[in-house]
This record gives sequence, C-alpha cells and structure tokens, in this order.
Amino acid sequence: MAAETNFEVVGKNLRKVDGPGLVCGKPMFTDDIEMRGLLYGKILYSPHAHARIKKIDKTKALALPGVHAVICHEDVPRIAHTTAGQGYPEPSAYDTFVFDKKVRFVGDRVAAVAAETREAAEEAVKLIEVEYEVLPPILDERKSMDPGAPVIHDEPEAEMIIPVPYDKERNLAGGVNMNIGDVEKGLEEADFKFDYEYIVPYYHHCPQEPHICYAWLDDQDRVVIRTSTQVPFHVRRLVARALDIPVKKIHVIKPRVGGGFGCKQEVYLEQVVAALAMASRRPVKIELTRREEFISGRTMHPEIIHLRTGVKKNGDLTAVHLDILMNTGAYGSHALTVVYNSGGKTLPLYRCPNIKFDGTSVYTNLPVGGAYRGYGATEAYFAIETQMDEMAEAIGMDPVEFRKRNHIKEGETSPVFSALGEGKAGVEQFVESCGLDKCIDLGAEAIGWSRRKDLPRTGIKRRGIGMGTFMQGSSIPHVDMGAAYLKLNEDGSFNLLVGATDLGTGSDTVLAQIAAEVLGVPLTSMIVRSSDTDITPFDVGAYASSTTYLSGMAVLRAAEKTAAQIKKVAGKLLAAEPEQVTLKDSRAFVPGGKSVSLHEIAMDSLYVDNQFQIQDGASAISFKSPPPFAAHFAEVEVDTETGKVTLLKYVAACDCGTAINPALAEGQVEGGVVNGIGFALSEEMLFDSGGRTLNPSFHDYKIFTTVDLPEMRTILVPTYEPTGPCGAKSVSEININGPIPVIANAIYDAVGIRLRRSPFTPERVLEALSEKEKMKQ
Amino acid sequence: MEISCIVNGEKKQFKIEPDETLLNILRREGYLGVKRGCEEGNCGVCTVLMNGRPVNSCVVFGAKADGAEIITVEGLGTPENLNTLQEAFLDEGAVQCGFCTPGFLLSATALLKENPEPSREEVIEALDSNYCRCTGYVKPINAVLAAARKMRGEE
Repeated sequence: MAAETNFEVVGKNLRKVDGPGLVCGKPMFTDDIEMRGLLYGKILYSPHAHARIKKIDKTKALALPGVHAVICHEDVPRIAHTTAGQGYPEPSAYDTFVFDKKVRFVGDRVAAVAAETREAAEEAVKLIEVEYEVLPPILDERKSMDPGAPVIHDEPEAEMIIPVPYDKERNLAGGVNMNIGDVEKGLEEADFKFDYEYIVPYYHHCPQEPHICYAWLDDQDRVVIRTSTQVPFHVRRLVARALDIPVKKIHVIKPRVGGGFGCKQEVYLEQVVAALAMASRRPVKIELTRREEFISGRTMHPEIIHLRTGVKKNGDLTAVHLDILMNTGAYGSHALTVVYNSGGKTLPLYRCPNIKFDGTSVYTNLPVGGAYRGYGATEAYFAIETQMDEMAEAIGMDPVEFRKRNHIKEGETSPVFSALGEGKAGVEQFVESCGLDKCIDLGAEAIGWSRRKDLPRTGIKRRGIGMGTFMQGSSIPHVDMGAAYLKLNEDGSFNLLVGATDLGTGSDTVLAQIAAEVLGVPLTSMIVRSSDTDITPFDVGAYASSTTYLSGMAVLRAAEKTAAQIKKVAGKLLAAEPEQVTLKDSRAFVPGGKSVSLHEIAMDSLYVDNQFQIQDGASAISFKSPPPFAAHFAEVEVDTETGKVTLLKYVAACDCGTAINPALAEGQVEGGVVNGIGFALSEEMLFDSGGRTLNPSFHDYKIFTTVDLPEMRTILVPTYEPTGPCGAKSVSEININGPIPVIANAIYDAVGIRLRRSPFTPERVLEALSEKEKMKQ
Repeated sequence: MEISCIVNGEKKQFKIEPDETLLNILRREGYLGVKRGCEEGNCGVCTVLMNGRPVNSCVVFGAKADGAEIITVEGLGTPENLNTLQEAFLDEGAVQCGFCTPGFLLSATALLKENPEPSREEVIEALDSNYCRCTGYVKPINAVLAAARKMRGEE
C-alpha cells in the first residue's frame, strides 16, 4: 500500500470487535465455561528460598476424599525447559522442570493436587509431607557471583541451547558486552562527567485476571489447554517438550485474556495443569489467587544500573557507559534478552561516538523475573533520562533543547542497532519515521514548560516540572513471525483467522481494521478468530511490541491476496480486467461506475461458475524494528515536611506511526503511563530476610486507582512508517518507560534532590531532603 | 441453607453454604460477568449492585444477600441492545481487556442513578474501588461523563 493516509477504516475510533460481549459480561474468559467433572488444582509452594527436597510423602493427601491426583517430581518427566514463552531456539536457559527435587525461591512449586472441590484441593496440599534440606540462599544479587556463593542451578541438565554467556556454576544467567569507540577517552574529553548508580526494585504486573488454565483430554485423548496466555503457540511447543508429548497431541485455546503486560508470556502453569489432567483423566483447572500471583508468578527484573556519561559544554555527548546488574531470580526466564534490551532499546536514542554497554544477569533465590511491558528499557531509562537532565543542567542548557539537539533523527542510524539485538547481534537500520521533535514541542506546550521557572520553590509545598524522551522497537527482526488467513462468506463477510494474541490490547480489532481497509468493507464485516492452535495460523504471540507492526503486515498481505481473488471474479462478472477493479463499500467497481457486491461475488464463486473458496493466507517476518518515540512531561508538588510527592499533571506525546485505532492507541499510552506512575511513586515488592514476599496483596502493593491520578494528557503524533502496515509502528510498551525518570526530574526541579532508587516514597524523599540539608551545612 | 433474592429483576432461590461468598454463588449460578480478581475486597472486578449500592461480592457472605436485590452486568444490556453507559464505554475506548469493565459499569450505574450530573471529581470518587491495569482510567472516566451527558439528553 502506498504512503497514503486517506483511509476509510484505518485511523478511525471504531468499537472493539469484542467490545459488545465484554461490556455485557458475556462468558469470554478462561474461567467462564462450565465443565462436567471438573477438578480443582492446587499447587504446594516452597516455604524456603533454597532447599533440596529429601522426601515427599503423598499418602495422606491421596487418602483425602475427593482427591484424584497428587503429583510431584516423581510423577512427571524430568525434562529441562524454560518457562519463557519465546520463539525457538529460546535465548533463555533450560533450567526449569515441571517439578524438581530442589526449590529455589519462596513460592517455587513442590507438588500439585487435583480434587473435586477447591476446599479439598487446599486441604490436600496441606497434607503433603515434605522433608527439606535447607540450603543457604542468595538474596543479594551483588553477591550472586562471589567466589564460593551457593550454586542455585547445580543440576546437570541446566543449559543454554544457543551460544551466549551462561555459567550456572557462577550463577550467571546471561550477559552482554558492547563497545563502540572509546568510552574512557570520551570521558577524558568531556567538560562534565557523571557517575551514579540507580536501583529499580521488583515490580509486579498485577493483571486483573490472575493466571488461570484449564486442561482436559478430548475424544482422541489429545490434551486441550484453555489458558490465559499471550503465547498460545509457544504454550503448545513448551508443554509438548516439558511433558514429552507430541505437539499434535496438544490443542491450545486462548479465550479473552484479562490483562498480561508480559506475565502471561510465561508458560509455567500450563504444564502443571496438563499433567494433572493426564494423571486424573479429568478436566482440571488451576486459578491462581492474588497471593499466589504475587509469590509464585513472574515479576519485572530488578536492575542495579551504573551509568557514566560525559558531555561537552556545547551539548555534545562524549561518552555513555551503561553497566547493569540484573537479577533474574531463581530461573533464567528472559534473563539474557531483558538485559540486552536495557541497552538495545535505549542507547540508540542519542548520538554519541563512544558507547559501552555491559549487562550481567544473575540468579538469586528470589522470585522469577519475566517479560514485563518495557522489557528492560524501563529500568535503563531511569538512569539515562535522569542523567540527561543532570547533563543539561551542568552545561546550562534547557533539558528540552538538550534532547532535541542529541536525539536520533529521521534518516539517521545508530551503531547500537546492529550491535544489540535480543540475545544476539541486532540489525542495521535507519530511522525512517521520527516524530520526536513534534512530540517534544507539543508536550512542552501542554505541560506549560515555559512557566517552569516561575513555579513556587520555597515554602513547604514546592512544585517542579520534569521531562524525558524515549524510544522502543516494533517486533524482533528476523525472529518474530505472524500469519493470517481470510475467507469470504456468502453475505460478503470475512473470517479473519490470526495467530496473533489479543490480551486486551485490541489487536483483534486493529488487525480487522487493516483487513477491512484493504478489502473495502466496514469493520463489522470482519469475523475475527484468534489464537487457537487447531484453527488459526501460527504467530509468535503478543510481545516485543510486534502485533500491529508484524502481524498487521501478515493481515495486510493476506487481505491483498484475497482481494486479488475477489477482483478476478469481479472482473469476470463485470467483463473487465481484474487490475481495473477497485474494492469499496463492500462492492467491486470498474471504471465507468459498474459494480457488483461482495455478496454476488461470493455467491458466484461458491455456487455458480467454476467454483472455489475465495481465501488466502500470508505470513510476515520483520527485517527491522522501527522505534516509536515519545516525550513525557510531569508536574509534581513535593511536600518538604512529609516527603509526599503529588503528581499534578502528566503529558505523554507519542509517535506510533499511523494509529490504526487512535482511541485504542491512546489507551495503550495511558495504561502504560499509569503503570509507570505506580513504579515511580508506590509500587515495590518487599522481602524479608528469608526471601519471603512481605506484600503479596493489593492491600500492601499499591497500584494506582482513579483518585490517585494526575490530570492526564495524551497526544498522538502521527508519522508514516514506510515498513509498517498502513504506516503503523508499535505503541504498547514505550510509554511505561516515562514516569520513573520524568517524575524524578520533576522532583529535582521542585526540591533539588536526585533520587536514584525507585519508587520515590515519602521516606526516600525525606531522607534525600535531609541529606541535602546536611550537605549544605 | 437457602436464600431468595432478586437477580437482574428475576426472583431466585439459591442453596448455599453458610460461609459462601456472594461472588462464588453468582458465578456458580451462571452470572459469569461477575469476575474473580483478588477475593480480598480490593480490586472491584467482582462488583455487583446490592440494593442499589456497589459491593465487592467477594467479601459479602451469600447469607447477607437474602432478600436483597442484586444487579450484575448481565442485567444492564445485551450486545444487540446496549445501554447508554455500555455504548459510551465502547465509543470512548474505555474497554481494553474488559475484565474490570463489569465492575466499572456497575459502580457507574449506581453513581448515575443517584447523581445524573456528576462532576469529573465525583466520577473519579465513584470509580475509586475499581482497579484497572490496562486503561489508565482516563477513558473509563470520560465514558461515564459522556454517558451522563447523553442520559441527560445533552448529546
């Protein structure tokens, strides 16, 4: 399709295709089915951070009435796999078993039961007798690689199946080193140098629907897995491996998903539920409680970020050295790729001749990191964007101008693109669409950047404004793949079958809008079915900001191929050449105005003459990962007596190329921003000295609600990405990166303290304020 | 024990366990629009209206619902015949994953019945007990305000 933006269906705020059902509470989610004979599964979790299981006695649990299965490491194949729902070969260590003889964090699974009632299952779990040999844990990632530190993965099977840094003897779960130019020389050339450490803690995804999975055996004894996942096809492949059953024996169904944000890219529940269903030969469901979601689920990887930079008085960056220690927890899920992305999705943003990046990902006996919206970029941007602010201040340049001067522009490239991919080298790419300057300008105007100098900075409550700029990517080049299929029905409607996984983002709608645009029909003519491994074509799933960009391209191609078939039939019916036919308003037109409806075309092709099914499919891979861009601004008020930070206003301006459905794109921005605000101000998982999660509940892990919100402003800045479907890039991840550094910069502007550990709780603010006072004296 | 209540305008009798929550009862009886999220009374995805007031059904004992009038999301409208609030949620882009949406709709229903002309602050206050991790709340708030305007005949 040409770079036109005169769209009929694309670019319109149309109702979500699944919307009417959702607002009526129709039974669309995993748990919304009723099954005769359903058993309730429950998992026994480790109370220890690090222990060997010496003995498990299931006798009492099995004797409990209503219990149909109790399984532990003795009952399942011992096959090392990863729970990271990534493409094959996975860049995450095969270091996990369905059940193991060792537990590696408080919340690691020990055994599971299936019983006729939830109560019986809960009771049965308590009756499993486990004898542990408690081992010394590692609860501080800085000590993971110390000589003599306990080895968390001492099992012989653990391995990386691709040649990347991995050394389980030293608790090294992944690593990356990149060097462009000479950072030390660049630092020498700098007029100002900066060298600080930043700490990002454990954050939790908090999907409103906790993990849930059903499994049963169908009429051919195939295992049907109905699960709330972002990666149905990876679920099929990973469960096949973990339970040693052929892929053809597994059927994965993804109903509506109640939010994922990356945590449902993990495949850790499905193998257990499938194993219980196979053991009991009954349908089984496991539904995590909120507490289980916190203690046993996945988290954002905490990072300790050491950033050194140098800048000249004129504003040129001379050196950037990003050195990250990432804690992957007990298992190496995404341990390599998240740390890669901490550099890969941040360092290309600013021009600099000397860039060094060192990333180390280590095991600890704490909860397991996984994919989380932002995927490593969020953590690194905290350091980079606050240090950019410090540089601007040091040289006396407006932070807005400083970023405008240094950020990558259309037509430019960065050596980082080719140096850093995801777990391997990246691909060279030139930026073909960049609306960042406009994002900065519109954002600055919306926040009132010019009044920054006049804000009250004396008294108890002081105000400040901060900003930052960001990029992400769109898909993983040469790795991700999406496929789509279309067929025409008698009434001119189409079935659109996609492997792509709508986890609430609206991708079913967005993809259908792309197809409808090409086929010249209203969105209401599209019947979308997604993510059923028996029915839809393959797709890697919903991650890496790939669905609109990549799966959208597959849909566009499938639609173009289907349109070609329609035009052939239309040409025959209208006595014209297919090339002369245009599709619009559910009709095929030829020059002169004669037309035939899609209904007539379908009837002819299905029933009348030389019949065939008008249908076609297509796949897409990506060759680049075009960055979306964003500029964020925040205004805060800091109470210098209590340390409380009140966020007054937040502005997010984002260039996501063509917004296929602007309202849904804005929703992605706003959802990402508010999650990021939680990171900045209130969210943090806390652990006791034994590695137990202290706040596994919404009582104590505070996510934002309506009353906590600032005034919010979202600005979409349209550009046209020539490699994207209808000009689209990604939008789902980038905006979660903003709030931590932007709010940190605003706090500095208000009260002159640099906070380098998130979240910015009143305690930390007060502490920093008192340090500042001490320094003055 | 047995309770009788009116659910979405229909008289119902349910056999329940004394310690059963209203959430469990409603889901078991087929009101699957009532969602299970935290079972601690925090997140609000299980919100239903009990005698006109929004409650977290996960922390209400079923016995308490004896004689009560309950409205779940199934009582609002159907896909072919959506009510104004449901339409506003779709038109404003206020639905992402939709798991929290029934709770939002019911909290908003209670608000608009009591206060047809709510200010933005009043909407924010009324939706405070409903968590959402997808939307950032901006569009749900806008949707309630838009529905209120429409119900008042202003749009």
